[in-house]
Amino acid sequence: MALSNTSSRYGIVSIALHWVMAAMIIGLYFLGRHIVELSYYDPAYKVLPNLHKTIGVLMFVLLLTRIIWMVINSKPNPLVTDWQARAAQLVHHLLYVLMLIIPITGYMISTADGRPIDIYGLVSIPAIDFGIDKQEEVGGNIHLWSANLLAAVVVLHLLAALKHHFINKDQTLVRMLKVRSEER
Amino acid sequence: MKFKSLALAAALASSPLYAANYVIDTAGAHASVNFKISHLGYSYVLGRFNTFAGEFSYDAEAPQDSSISLTIDTTSLDSNHAERDKHLRSDDFLSVENYPEASFVSTSFEDLGDNKAKLVGDLTLRGVTKSIEIDVTKVGEGTDPWGGYRVGFEGTTALALKDYGIDYNLGPAAEMVYMDLHIEGVRQ
Repeated sequence: MALSNTSSRYGIVSIALHWVMAAMIIGLYFLGRHIVELSYYDPAYKVLPNLHKTIGVLMFVLLLTRIIWMVINSKPNPLVTDWQARAAQLVHHLLYVLMLIIPITGYMISTADGRPIDIYGLVSIPAIDFGIDKQEEVGGNIHLWSANLLAAVVVLHLLAALKHHFINKDQTLVRMLKVRSEER
Repeated sequence: MKFKSLALAAALASSPLYAANYVIDTAGAHASVNFKISHLGYSYVLGRFNTFAGEFSYDAEAPQDSSISLTIDTTSLDSNHAERDKHLRSDDFLSVENYPEASFVSTSFEDLGDNKAKLVGDLTLRGVTKSIEIDVTKVGEGTDPWGGYRVGFEGTTALALKDYGIDYNLGPAAEMVYMDLHIEGVRQ
């Protein structure tokens, strides 16, 4: 089973990071939309925000891992024409920028008054003083709108993948799904 | 803001000439707009508005002619917990994006003797204007060590959240918010 990427295929590390993070990000988005609607007496009023923060922190750790992995690893060659490859790359860059901005601004909300983020008493992530007035509001606005934009870009990303699979009938989606045990 | 300043100027201009005019000493932070609300009936959450400004006129010889006008920056809410403050600024509570300012303009001041008074005025909060009563106690009056002249009051009032369109359910013990006001004015 190939851990690393090759010029034609993704290795298991890239594939696993992609799908685990995809699940986390989709979960975080709907969780985030849900927790702001919770009533004060909802039994989940304290549970779900903590869960959102915990998954968010894990997502950020995986994101850093993924960026490092991307830098030290090769990337499979695109299966499409130049302009499509450039468009895809642009969308991928936008995804990464948003995936970075959202957890950072989420952290800025929770730590705006100097309180750390506490992960079930196991890990405490200390606050950094950014010196921003009403940081929870500034961070909160960016967090919300970046997440909405990410959701839109994810839909675009998904539609592009489906288009490659069903219309172009190429390997773009398949090679992100299938782990080959041997290299061709 | 322009309109508010005009209204304020008009209010001040209409007060009798002998009543001294005071500016609330927010520069030196000798004034404070605090709130207190029950948490589940077990304790209280305290907070304040850090930014506000106002002027009043007062004359101990003619207290009935006193008047005050105050505007509060609702975004400056501070309960010493950023996540809570963010929630309190949201549409569930103060909706500060739509209503960045609250104001109070007095309509009458009744001296009850023994330094007590009843101040009545219009509070505009979250776009709703209602006449409210504030129980006032005059704390003191006199010259300050730096050549000025000051007078200070404290006041309390209770507001029902739903009167101002705030219907987020904080529980039966938390339907009222108690305002605790401290105002020191420097005579102009």
